[in-house]
Amino acid sequence: MTTHIPKAPAYWARDAIMPGIIAIGPMLPGTLAFGMAFGALCAQKGFTLAEVEVMMATVYGGLSQFVAVQSWPSTLTPSTIATLALLTTTVNIRFFLMTASMRPWFGTLPPWQSYPAMLLVTDGGWLAAMRYREHGGANAWFYVAGGIVLYFVWLVSAIPGFLLAEQLSDPRKFGVDLAMPAFFAAMLVPAWKGPRRAIPWLVSGVVALTVHWLVPGYWFIIAGALCGALSAGLMDEPPAQERPA
Amino acid sequence: MNEFLRSDVMLAFAVMTAVTVASRLGGFWLMRYVDVTPRVRRMLDALPGSIIVAAALPVAVNGGPVVMFALAAAMAVSIIRRNDFIAVITGMTVAALARALGFGG
Repeated sequence: MTTHIPKAPAYWARDAIMPGIIAIGPMLPGTLAFGMAFGALCAQKGFTLAEVEVMMATVYGGLSQFVAVQSWPSTLTPSTIATLALLTTTVNIRFFLMTASMRPWFGTLPPWQSYPAMLLVTDGGWLAAMRYREHGGANAWFYVAGGIVLYFVWLVSAIPGFLLAEQLSDPRKFGVDLAMPAFFAAMLVPAWKGPRRAIPWLVSGVVALTVHWLVPGYWFIIAGALCGALSAGLMDEPPAQERPA
Repeated sequence: MNEFLRSDVMLAFAVMTAVTVASRLGGFWLMRYVDVTPRVRRMLDALPGSIIVAAALPVAVNGGPVVMFALAAAMAVSIIRRNDFIAVITGMTVAALARALGFGG
């Protein structure tokens, strides 16, 4: 099936700013809830609000921040910092795959534009951008505008959580732990392109479950994602090359 | 520094930031040297679904019945309404309600 719309090189035009922001709308409740829960966790762990904001602004990876703070060592030594770095890497190495997939689109821009843009990659922002690209979009503002809004929402989100830490001691009560998985589940529906294109998903799922079961930590994300993508590469080009209609 | 920004904490954040930035820039940088053949294109196209499944499925399976039910509800809403926003809210609300009613997990 040659459903591939010719993929145009990236360009900047302001008319994609609003659509880009609207496209990340579904991420906002989850981002806010997640950031609030994270702020509350940090307050309980004895971080200052200034420290929390520095972490939000620099690391900018929600899940990695959460697991790092949850397992924060009582004293920071070179070895405990190395452990934190490894933990962060296992959670965030998926960004590597995400920005790799942005190359065919953003690679046509000058590096001083494209590399800073890659710092804005998040699960939600990237998924929304890939969906836009899938439909033939090429306007760089779509991805960048959504990414900037998500970044600032994320920065703000920890503050109420930090201040209301007492009331938010159990974020599960509000379903916060479902925010990201529910968003992922919702994004899977429009990504469905028939059973053939879902074979890599199956591979990814089986590998992720197996690795999660056998190996402690978060290696299962990158292991599953890599195996899923590799299986797609190993599969032959779809047979319907003679384009039906 | 002072007690608002402890220096050892800042150092730990800096290291975490470094590995995260390397992840974010590394993939984009590496692909400069990779020829995007149809095979590579298929691999890149399969990434969104693969990452979603790899990140969410173990969470769903290990989360117990409440989490699985909430995710099923989110997907159902997404199929029927084609609205991600309502789907996320539904998933969170279903889990919160089920837990308030005393269901574990």
